[in-house]
Amino acid sequence: MLVKDPVCGMEIDPQTAFASREHMGQTFYFCSPSCVEKFDADPYHYAHGVVSVNDESLASSVTTGFNPSLPLARLELPIVGLKGKNRSAAQAVEAALRNVAGVRTMQANLTTGAATLEYDPGRVDLETLVSAVRSAGYRVGGAQTRIGIENLRCASCVGFIEEELRTTPGVLNATVNIGTQEATVEYLPEKTTLAQLKQAIETWGYKARPAISDEPADKQQTEHEREYRRLRRKFWFATIVSLPVLVTAYPQYIPIVREWSVETVRLAWIGAGLLTLPVLLWSGSDFFTGAWAALKHRSANMNTLIALGTGAAWLYSTVAVLFPDLFPEGTSEPFYDVVAVVIALVVLGQALELRAKGRTSEAIKKLMGLQAKTARVIRYGHEADIPVEEVLTGDIVQVRPGEKVPVDGIIVEDSSAVDESMLTGESLPVSKKIGDEVIGATLNKTGAFKFRATKVGKDTALAQIVKMVQDAQNSKAPIARLADTVSGYFVPAVMILAVLTFVIWFDFGPQPQLVFALVTSVTVLIIACPCALGLATPMSLMVGIGKGAENGILIRSGEALQTAQALQIIVLDKTGTITKGKPELTDVLTTNNEQLLRLAASVETVSEHPLAEAVVEGAKARGLALAAPEKFEAVPGHGVIATVEGRRVVLGNLKMMQRESVALGELEAQAARLADDGKTPMYVAIDSQAAGILAVADTVKEDSAEAIAALKKMGLEVVMITGDNRRTAEAIARKVDVDRVLAEVLPEDKAHNVHLLQADAKKVAMVGDGINDAPALAQADVGLAIGTGTDVAIEASDITLIKGSLKGVVTAIEVSRATMDNIKQNLFGAFIYNVLGIPVAMGVLFPFFGLLLSPLIAGAAMAFSSVTVVGNANRLRRFKPKFSARSYERV
Amino acid sequence: MSTSQILVTLAGLTLAVLIAWFFWFAPKGQTRAAVGAGGAQEVAVTVRGGYTPDVIVVKAGQPVRLTFTRQESASCSEMVLFPDFNKNAKLPEGEAVSVEFTPDKPGEYGFQCQMGMLRGKLIVE
Repeated sequence: MLVKDPVCGMEIDPQTAFASREHMGQTFYFCSPSCVEKFDADPYHYAHGVVSVNDESLASSVTTGFNPSLPLARLELPIVGLKGKNRSAAQAVEAALRNVAGVRTMQANLTTGAATLEYDPGRVDLETLVSAVRSAGYRVGGAQTRIGIENLRCASCVGFIEEELRTTPGVLNATVNIGTQEATVEYLPEKTTLAQLKQAIETWGYKARPAISDEPADKQQTEHEREYRRLRRKFWFATIVSLPVLVTAYPQYIPIVREWSVETVRLAWIGAGLLTLPVLLWSGSDFFTGAWAALKHRSANMNTLIALGTGAAWLYSTVAVLFPDLFPEGTSEPFYDVVAVVIALVVLGQALELRAKGRTSEAIKKLMGLQAKTARVIRYGHEADIPVEEVLTGDIVQVRPGEKVPVDGIIVEDSSAVDESMLTGESLPVSKKIGDEVIGATLNKTGAFKFRATKVGKDTALAQIVKMVQDAQNSKAPIARLADTVSGYFVPAVMILAVLTFVIWFDFGPQPQLVFALVTSVTVLIIACPCALGLATPMSLMVGIGKGAENGILIRSGEALQTAQALQIIVLDKTGTITKGKPELTDVLTTNNEQLLRLAASVETVSEHPLAEAVVEGAKARGLALAAPEKFEAVPGHGVIATVEGRRVVLGNLKMMQRESVALGELEAQAARLADDGKTPMYVAIDSQAAGILAVADTVKEDSAEAIAALKKMGLEVVMITGDNRRTAEAIARKVDVDRVLAEVLPEDKAHNVHLLQADAKKVAMVGDGINDAPALAQADVGLAIGTGTDVAIEASDITLIKGSLKGVVTAIEVSRATMDNIKQNLFGAFIYNVLGIPVAMGVLFPFFGLLLSPLIAGAAMAFSSVTVVGNANRLRRFKPKFSARSYERV
Repeated sequence: MSTSQILVTLAGLTLAVLIAWFFWFAPKGQTRAAVGAGGAQEVAVTVRGGYTPDVIVVKAGQPVRLTFTRQESASCSEMVLFPDFNKNAKLPEGEAVSVEFTPDKPGEYGFQCQMGMLRGKLIVE
């Protein structure tokens, strides 16, 4: 007969129960130690729990009918897919909710994508509301989190924990996976907190822990750590066994052993054979299981080679020791030393390789470590520190000086300076005011501010950067194709070579032929290293792309990285790439009126033209107090007229002045000179008298000239492309020293122009802003998008420069060149190693120099060749860009 | 040449031919993807010293979901890459990880571990 565990409710057999307890004359049985522990802590609660649950359910059912004195609960339900839909969608949701008894008021909002409702919590629970929304064809969106549960073994507890979580207020859905020992919970973060969810799990006697699957980098690290320890144990075991085995292998060189009789030596050999067996089967077990698994797939890899080599050596040795008569005189000697030493060395190589590999992903770890852990969120007028995972879009977040900005958002109160160097490489703190974008993981320096979260979780710039970098690090570079093809045929080819080596030495080698044939073919199997070939490209890519990310350059794929190295022409978009992309007031020429700029800017305060904005900004920057204009009139294609402080101010082009019959005199020549400089001049007339000229221009970024000079020095041809008129374009080109200008190019023709430059098989890069220039970016061999702020995932680009500076182009090409050099060194090393190593192992040097490679040395060479490749890739970590991303002097 | 030498030579040559046939020329078993409830072509792949199954046949134009479960700790197989689809996934030990994409063009596409030691093939028809 089965009984119920009073703690978790599981049905168990009293015979097999973990423990039992007597309480108030009743016996209770428990499924697990944690259940007993819970019971012991509060026996009264559990012993009577079953009964009281029923009592409660009866009591609650008494509450029928709506009680107006009870407070109504207010709730905002985020609804997936409602945002931006038409009114009928909102009505559908409202209708569905209206039908739920207990809901008093409800309002579906299309702009926020949420339904706000008031309901009686005594009559309606969240689950009913959620299913009502679902019946209307929509899904309630909430935060999703994963919580790990320690030592979750009893399968029936899964259901209880799920139920407990689902009844926690604010939880939409909960599932527990016993395989991963994790609960996945969808919930409304404003109704519940992680702490409450954890508490729900803990009421069932389990301990909650952070979910493992949320931290892939950390998990990989712990996995690597465990694997490293496992390999190290195997290595030490093989090493310790190797020492006595080596003594028996070379008895003639060791003092006391030298004197042993033939019989004693034979016994020692049998001992060595027995000792090496666990080395083969435990330290070297991976090689055999790996080889077998590969064999089943009709494929072969490094494991196959090592397993064959050591297996053959051990079998031959054992037969030779046990049945010496089967062999010709002098060939019945064992090679147990080869087995033990080679396995020890190869395992050591694998352990070292794992260590070195861990360092190649350092850049990603650094990026992930930037994430803030908590956020101070203001909800319902209260400040609360909550885990960063619980921040919702729309939350108001408070950030104090010296704190990290937790997620992406827009400042709504106060201003500050924010250090964005960790993401953009921009060394100076950027000043931020209301309406400016702040990026998660950046550091607030001077002032406290509040911002509205716009992107959280997987959507933040940092999360996207991490994802992009990880994807790119694991993509393939075309240069790896040859190595990939070769390694596909490599292992069977080596096996065939080993067989042929055996035959040749057996037929034509010196006496004892069998021993020579066996040793050489085993050496061939052991020295061949397909791993070094396979590792050459991915390891360098990993480090190189990570290095780019550290410098604010996101390289999307190995292919982009490889192409960037071979570029010949760099096409730069003018607006927003070379220039700031925003007009600024550059010149104020006045005949005699001090008030010119103040009056003109006052007129422009009501105009919405971008040039007007530049004038107003310019005046404000010069500390002028602007007045409100009257009788404002805009004349399309001419300019604007208004009265400011009783004076009639006219602003506009030549046509405007002619219309107003203002005599310009010398001003006309000055305007022409400004226009030659690529600026846009505007005449100002006050009370029908020519008063002066205001000039507005899109100015060049401070570091554009320096970056272009560096690009030219790298041997690249720099071309400027723009839709502007030739005069303006050439004025800018002169300032930054670009020789070739493609002006008056319509936006849709930019891609075509890039295509024309690609003639003669030239590799062309296009640098643009990613929105207007998308077709040209896609057409170019490498498209580099200048991103600003949180907009990092620019689809059309191969490379994104997070910092809006042209210096990033220089660094991107530098990273690419350094990485490709590194890959070439690796590939060259790996190919040469195999191409030289295998023939030497086969014994090609023997006829000329009498030189033969020992299998022990072959094992060492094989083990360290792949370590060398990873080590060389790690050398890339020392890469320093020409324009340092961070200048420490300024700190 | 002694008898034993002739025998060894013949055995060796035969073995070499066998190796070439076994690894390169023998036809491989193929696994056809089953279409799941969601309309995706689904295949579960076990990762242990290799991919089981390692030759997977799918139809073009339909989403494919390959669920990999890595059952070993050797770090070699900790990633699976589909270079042609620019897809990759980390495979934590013992966890089922899905890779989803839609192959548009028929053809043969390889998938492999990070350093190309374990290989599989996706045949799109």
